[in-house]
Amino acid sequence: MMMILETLWDLLIGPFAEFAFLRRALVATLALAVSAAPLGVFLTLRRMSLLGDAISHAVLPGVAVGFMLSGLSLGAMAAGGVVSGMLAAALAGFISRFTTLKEDASLAAIYLMALALGVTLLSSHGTQLDLLHILFGSALGVDAQGLLLVAGVASASLITLAAFYRALVLETFDPVFLAASGARRWQRRGWLWQQLFLMLVVINLVAGFQTLGTLMAVGLMMLPAVSARLWHESLSAQLLNASAQAALAGVAGLLLSYHLDTPSGPTIIGCAGLLYGVSLLVSPGGWLPQVLKRPHRVG
Amino acid sequence: MVSIDNLTVSYRQHPALHHISGQFAAGSITAVIGPNGSGKSTLLKSIMGLLKTSGGRVTLGTPRERIAYLPQMTEIDRSFPMQVRDCVLLGCWSTVGVWGGVSTALLARADAAIHTVGLEGFEQRPVGSLSSGQFQRVLFARLLMQDADLILLDEPFNAMDSRTTAALLALTMQWHAQGRTVIAVLHDDAQVRQYFGQTVLLARELVAWGDTAQVLTEANLQRARALAEAWDDNADICHTDEPALPAATHPARHPHSEAAHRHDTAS
Repeated sequence: MMMILETLWDLLIGPFAEFAFLRRALVATLALAVSAAPLGVFLTLRRMSLLGDAISHAVLPGVAVGFMLSGLSLGAMAAGGVVSGMLAAALAGFISRFTTLKEDASLAAIYLMALALGVTLLSSHGTQLDLLHILFGSALGVDAQGLLLVAGVASASLITLAAFYRALVLETFDPVFLAASGARRWQRRGWLWQQLFLMLVVINLVAGFQTLGTLMAVGLMMLPAVSARLWHESLSAQLLNASAQAALAGVAGLLLSYHLDTPSGPTIIGCAGLLYGVSLLVSPGGWLPQVLKRPHRVG
Repeated sequence: MVSIDNLTVSYRQHPALHHISGQFAAGSITAVIGPNGSGKSTLLKSIMGLLKTSGGRVTLGTPRERIAYLPQMTEIDRSFPMQVRDCVLLGCWSTVGVWGGVSTALLARADAAIHTVGLEGFEQRPVGSLSSGQFQRVLFARLLMQDADLILLDEPFNAMDSRTTAALLALTMQWHAQGRTVIAVLHDDAQVRQYFGQTVLLARELVAWGDTAQVLTEANLQRARALAEAWDDNADICHTDEPALPAATHPARHPHSEAAHRHDTAS
């Protein structure tokens, strides 16, 4: 009995008890999981599942400029990333409001340009190694400053989401109703809510770029969200489920990457992918329940 | 209640509504009819201020939160995870807003509205599981919740079976009896003749506006059909309410641009 407990301790808790860098990585990943995954659910509901990808590319030139100005300084790169991500989102919103292009089309155009710009900036001013570090991150390198950034972003984003939840739900479900029936003019502005929401997506992705890397941060946002939608018919349950799956993937991914000596970001996303695979099979909206013949009711 | 003064709305420089003027009296019940593409939905959207007008103005006799608008069905995403009761409760959005609480009185009103449209027992059902007729009933319950003075309905009975149409039409007539102003885009001439006192007949231009019996004449309907079919890619610019300009600055054929097509701007 003691043997089993000891083995379990060694497998699940020991690594975190022993190493401070693993504890910091765990806190950062959990904070990110709780705040980013619900945003992912909203993205899928808005049929903008690929927007996270686009924004994560749009963040790059700002990160590059921050890097050029002050080297591998987290503050500078984060600030640059937030500015360029928001600029891209605002520009896409502006284009879709004042031209006949839809938001996804204008965003696709902008993120491609941003990606080209970002890669050019980075490769002319840094080494390949720096680029890899920025693109794929390393949870194990989170310092106290990085922890503060992630915690601050997660808190701000959860509080904002809670405060404007009703408006975001309405703007996603029935934007025409929102535009037609708000009492105050600012409440009727659908683009205002949309920009606020995109702002949350941007800061979460920027917070994620150090723990998981810009590309992997999107994974923690979208994979649990997509698989949570398979499980429930109510939005609040989907939001909670997404956060829980993201947190579970975070813990499991960190432990696996420690024991198997694999890179932490991809391992976390791999775990989220595994949860998605399981959900695809056994969840109420998944494959098995559709295949298994269940008797239907009389009415 | 609503007065429309020389309203023009265009898509890519072609007018969808061309110099429309008229009044919806308070307490009136008006049908907006016309062939497909004649600007009926555009008229409702312009009244709601959802479109950029290229000329003229719409004056509302009631504050915005006292107006309810039911767009065409296709514009709502029904796969959204939302319960029937929550969807009906959205009707009090304009009074409750982003942070206001939903009182038990409001909840009771929502349940009463659900009962009125005949969906009792559906409160907890996700809207995605409803048929389109049932969902239209939900939207009518939301309209009941909004308790508006002016109600705009865009093809409210499209694709509804006769029982649903009868039930929803009865609700509409009840709103009229309560003194609310109702404007509805419709296609069924017989229905219009029987229930709607006033009619606006559109074919991008205003064909007729007035008592239904006087508007729904064979001559008017024929004129509407003829007008709606014409769409000239090389149509000249409309100079209706423009002061005369020197001919040299205006070649004979040029697009119907907003700069050249000067109206009083409402937006």
